[in-house]
Amino acid sequence: MHIVTFTRSTPDTAIAVLATDDGGVTWGDAATVVNPWDDYALEETIRQAKTHKGNSTVIAIGPQMHEKALRQALAMGIKNAIRVEDAALNPHDSRQWATLAAGAVAHLDEQPNLVLFGKSHIDVDSDQVTFQTAHKLGWPLITNVSQILELDNGRIRVQRRTDQAVQIVRASLPVVISVLKGINEPRFPAFIAIRKANKTSIPVYDAAALGVELPASQIEHLGYHNLPERSGGGEIIEGATVQEKVATLVQKLKEEKIL
Amino acid sequence: MTTFVYLETMGGEILPSALEALSAAQQIGEPITALVFGISADQATTTLATCGIERIILCPDESLHPFHLEAHAPLLSHLIREYQPRHVLATATANSRELLAVSALDCAKPFIADALSFAVTEDGLTITRAAYAGKVLEQVRSTSETTFITLRARAFSKPQALDNPANVTIETVEPAHIPDGLRVHVESEESANETVTLMDAAIVVSGGRGLANNPKPAPSDAEDPDVWKARDGFATLIQPLAQALNAAVGASRAAVDAGYIDYDHQVGQTGKTVTPDLYIAAGISGAVQHQAGMRNSKIIVAINRDADAPIFKLAHYGIVGDLYDVLPRLIEAVEQEDQP
Repeated sequence: MHIVTFTRSTPDTAIAVLATDDGGVTWGDAATVVNPWDDYALEETIRQAKTHKGNSTVIAIGPQMHEKALRQALAMGIKNAIRVEDAALNPHDSRQWATLAAGAVAHLDEQPNLVLFGKSHIDVDSDQVTFQTAHKLGWPLITNVSQILELDNGRIRVQRRTDQAVQIVRASLPVVISVLKGINEPRFPAFIAIRKANKTSIPVYDAAALGVELPASQIEHLGYHNLPERSGGGEIIEGATVQEKVATLVQKLKEEKIL
Repeated sequence: MTTFVYLETMGGEILPSALEALSAAQQIGEPITALVFGISADQATTTLATCGIERIILCPDESLHPFHLEAHAPLLSHLIREYQPRHVLATATANSRELLAVSALDCAKPFIADALSFAVTEDGLTITRAAYAGKVLEQVRSTSETTFITLRARAFSKPQALDNPANVTIETVEPAHIPDGLRVHVESEESANETVTLMDAAIVVSGGRGLANNPKPAPSDAEDPDVWKARDGFATLIQPLAQALNAAVGASRAAVDAGYIDYDHQVGQTGKTVTPDLYIAAGISGAVQHQAGMRNSKIIVAINRDADAPIFKLAHYGIVGDLYDVLPRLIEAVEQEDQP
């Protein structure tokens, strides 16, 4: 059994992210963390690989900043890490991203049985790379997995949650899945493991080294901007009693035509 | 030049939120073709007749109901290759986002997810979408002759009914041939018991860590008194208020992580993003992570004991007070409004 997962470095969840005047984006000198959704994918990869006495690999696609997330993944217990960087990659073009992702998976010496994604990438706010990577590989796709019920060398059986239902589904391996928060309790790596991971050298490949050709990008990123200031906000409702405050609030909501 | 609108169906009907993609298509202003898979002509045309649609492409075949990505994607891709529409739109439900992403790749065309709005220009659409978990916005443009776009639920209104709708042409097509058969098998399916889903709800009532300040004493055999108190608070105040308002129930990450309520209800960076007309935050301090999931709500009401809680900076209306005093009165007041 070989399980592959993806991760990337994103700004820490608690800090503010702002657009800059030139249309870029900044989070000051705040640290990056593992993309929050990926914590669950990394943990599940480690657990399943351990249960099935298998191998595990984590892949990041993008510039060097993503190496930090790879090292965190290694410190948690993933066995191998690789990074893919290509000067021609437009990070806003999911088709290019999926081409590199599928190329990186196909290029592995030991072909994986399972590719596991976190639910979404919070920096680009995208989950489409999961769907497109599966399609590029030509493998079945099972999203929003809340529990892996069975995994053996032939097939996978999982519980998944859609907008309206809870399903039990199965498919023959190899398969691409995305997992939800709550599927497990991600671990914190030990200090000694972090030190060891920081010394590991991580191989880097570009499209040519993976033997794939990047399609021409058809997405133009025009820039970031800040959210509009909230207007008409911030009124604290005063009143002598709770009843009075609630009555005023209900009146306001009626004026807003909400009640 | 046409706009294709994929309308997801469920239980024999078009999903109400799917229709929002029609109003986005009306905004583009090119002739609209609606794609409806898995239901019959009668059901589809009654809903769509007044929306200014030129053509409906129907595939009522049973194999397309319920939704299955491996059955829908080849059919959609086939139709896109045949008709070459300029835009392919759908509301960004879980199913539709997978479908459009896969079909876009099939057709070697770009896919832009979760549009919040767009401007129609000579060069096509300039699309505004969220990035960095909703902390900033980005603008993107496609340079292709065909572009797949999903629209964030509730970002576009329901379509306007036209006074003089043109006649609608209905075409019925055969399902795509799937040489290897379906590879993902659904063994069982159980509907979630929520009546209103968070993403579609016009009103969301959310509870946070403040729910643990329940004045009711926890029973002596409760494993964790705080968890018992908060769960009781969700059951006796948040749920009834939501029910009175026909609202969905949300929660902060703190409340979910503490075990006060299931993860399905989490609003925020690692939960769901909601844009209701009214968002009521009770006992939620308003961490950046929570704001990322709800700050685009039209009206935000905050109820919190702590006058310095960050949620009051975001809220349009705030009541400084204990939610266990405020919510019972609010439920009473809302129920009175409902009386004829």
